[in-house]
Amino acid sequence: MTFLFATLFYVSLGVLIVGVALKIRQYWNTPAPLKIPTMPAPTTQSGVVFRMAREVILFESLFRSTKWTWMFGWMFHVGLALAFVRHLRYVMSSDFFLWPLINNWLVQFAGQYASFMILFGLLGLLGRRIFVDRVRYISAPSDYLMLLLLLIITGTGMIMSFIGAVDVVALKAFMMDLITLDSGHDLPSGAVLLIHLALVALLAIIFPFSKLLHAPGIFFSPTRNQVDNPREKRHIADWARKLES
Amino acid sequence: MAKPDFEIPELKLDTEVPEVKEGTMAHSSPFIAKPEHQEPLNYPGELVEDWHDRAISKMGDLLGKYRSFQVYLDSCVKCGACTDKCHYFLGTADPKNMPVGRQDLLRKVYRRYFTLAGKYFPKLVGAADLTREVLDEWYSYYHQCSQCRRCSVFCPYGIDTAEISMAAREILDDIGMGQKYCNEIIAKVFRIGNNLGLPEPALADTLEGLEEDVLDDDGVEVKYPLDVKGAEVLLVTPSADFFAEPHVDGLIGYGKVFHEAGISWTLSSHASEAANFGMFIGSYENMRNVSMRIREAALDLGVKRIVFGECGHAWRVAYSFLNTLAGPFDFLDPKYPVPQHILEVTHDLIQRDAIKLDPSANDDMIVTFHDSCNVARATRMGPNPGGQFTIPREVIKASVNHFVDMAPETIHDATYCCGGGGGLLTDDLMELRVKGAVPRMDALKRVIEEDGVTHMAAICAICKSQFTKVLPYYGMGMDMIVSVHQLVSNAIVLGAKQ
Repeated sequence: MTFLFATLFYVSLGVLIVGVALKIRQYWNTPAPLKIPTMPAPTTQSGVVFRMAREVILFESLFRSTKWTWMFGWMFHVGLALAFVRHLRYVMSSDFFLWPLINNWLVQFAGQYASFMILFGLLGLLGRRIFVDRVRYISAPSDYLMLLLLLIITGTGMIMSFIGAVDVVALKAFMMDLITLDSGHDLPSGAVLLIHLALVALLAIIFPFSKLLHAPGIFFSPTRNQVDNPREKRHIADWARKLES
Repeated sequence: MAKPDFEIPELKLDTEVPEVKEGTMAHSSPFIAKPEHQEPLNYPGELVEDWHDRAISKMGDLLGKYRSFQVYLDSCVKCGACTDKCHYFLGTADPKNMPVGRQDLLRKVYRRYFTLAGKYFPKLVGAADLTREVLDEWYSYYHQCSQCRRCSVFCPYGIDTAEISMAAREILDDIGMGQKYCNEIIAKVFRIGNNLGLPEPALADTLEGLEEDVLDDDGVEVKYPLDVKGAEVLLVTPSADFFAEPHVDGLIGYGKVFHEAGISWTLSSHASEAANFGMFIGSYENMRNVSMRIREAALDLGVKRIVFGECGHAWRVAYSFLNTLAGPFDFLDPKYPVPQHILEVTHDLIQRDAIKLDPSANDDMIVTFHDSCNVARATRMGPNPGGQFTIPREVIKASVNHFVDMAPETIHDATYCCGGGGGLLTDDLMELRVKGAVPRMDALKRVIEEDGVTHMAAICAICKSQFTKVLPYYGMGMDMIVSVHQLVSNAIVLGAKQ
């Protein structure tokens, strides 16, 4: 089991990193031949950074659009970020300089209870998908399965965190082995933990091939990342320049 | 107004989100372009035999040329934020008129042919083969999008359905399935210089008539010059301004402003069209070819500035694209932005007290203002973001004493399309146009009832034509629509500054 999961972790991490890197390279290399920011748009580059930050951190456009989806979506993402930070302690040596920050009780406490935000957010999003006729119409099976996957990951995590104790010392020893390319520490057994880890690996594998690409995608969205200065500056793509000769 | 063969929606004061009703607009489809409309644009005359392979290959070509197209097809998470934002969905209840529903018609094919998940698990991720039925759906529903970009305001990733619609129309053109209305018009511009096909003598005649009208009405010799070399300003305006009501009253207003400010100006018979339908069909090449006529006219006439008349999509192409498509304009006076909007010119003159307006001339009106979608969400006026909202309103308020805004969720960058933008202003789409106008009609009805509004000002040739046609369906008068420069024209005091 230890060998199986070690392999799974390496493969899934590899797929995630290579897959997303290839997608980012594709987005980077594809030209945006015209200025199409959704106006009113910032007229400076720093203004664009500020707009993007509001979009990524606060979900500004979604807030304007629908308060329910914003609330569920924002809770889920913020909860996920907090839980992610909490999990770093399983893959960080205690002499690493960030250790005091990650192992801080507040960070650990927030990360643990953020699971309720994740759970509540996911259930809300699932509810909208089922009960709002417009959202139901646009939902494919994969849209439900994605929520289900995240719900099971959250649920198993919460079971381990709040109910059944997992041997986290043994788990960390296993994870550190993976990082240092070492061996000798076995993955603790227990169905809940194995399900949790397997599904996280599955999520990582799916990432570059699914709608989870919205994460890198937003940074490349021309309607959000362009400066409003077309009268001052020509904005010509290489393929368009060829038309000029 | 012919008796309609469809049901006219009942207006509410607040637009309601309808329950999804599948297929209500599946029958809506504009006339297909004939070979003589296709060929001048370098498209095949009719549907090519290998349309399937050619469509997929064109899609691949566009994915490599437009980052927006690639990123937007990947990034949608089906959150539903856009589903109640499109005026065509609100007016028809057809779920394929929800922005994401419209995008998915193309996205399902993208997934099938260009993504791993769609190749191996098509059912799971909602991927589908490109069949003749899908192709016909593309033609129908990508001609039910006015490319107004309201959805992109509310999308958490800024996904702009206009980008998807443009790509879809370019694919359709490329396989010989173009839309008659747009392509016929673009061919006319190439042949004659404007959308209406008005040749130089007809233009000269019309402008002479305007000079006589103004002389009769105001007793002042205001000139409407054509092809005058050495003028300071080249005015490029939608050809509807030459004869349609209320457009022409706006053109009369531009002339009075230039006259009163002492700015020499000219129209061009070579570039006698501001609108650029190349954008509607998503064709960079055609959009560029139309734009080049403006550059050629500016060079030929030796002008120092280029100013655009009231036209929404035209101002998008002018403000956002012209410099890129047909620049650099280093031969013009660098003191002025290239191009300028006529409202920027008039606003500046008002600010500098260089023209005098008497708003009491419009005291018979209580005016509201319809933000044109493409001006609001795809352009700017003046030096500051949001100038496209404030500058028209300030010019109106300087010209009238009674101004009222419509509900906040229907103006500024949340404005609704008039229902006829993006290449849909054609009689073969009348049902779509009437139903798509619902959100704007609702908001208008509210200010009529609550504030006694009598007129709605607009700054777009399409908005003006669309409302003139559609208002009577809702029992409102077609003459409610006025040009902003018509208000200026009424209020301007001629001779005050000489």
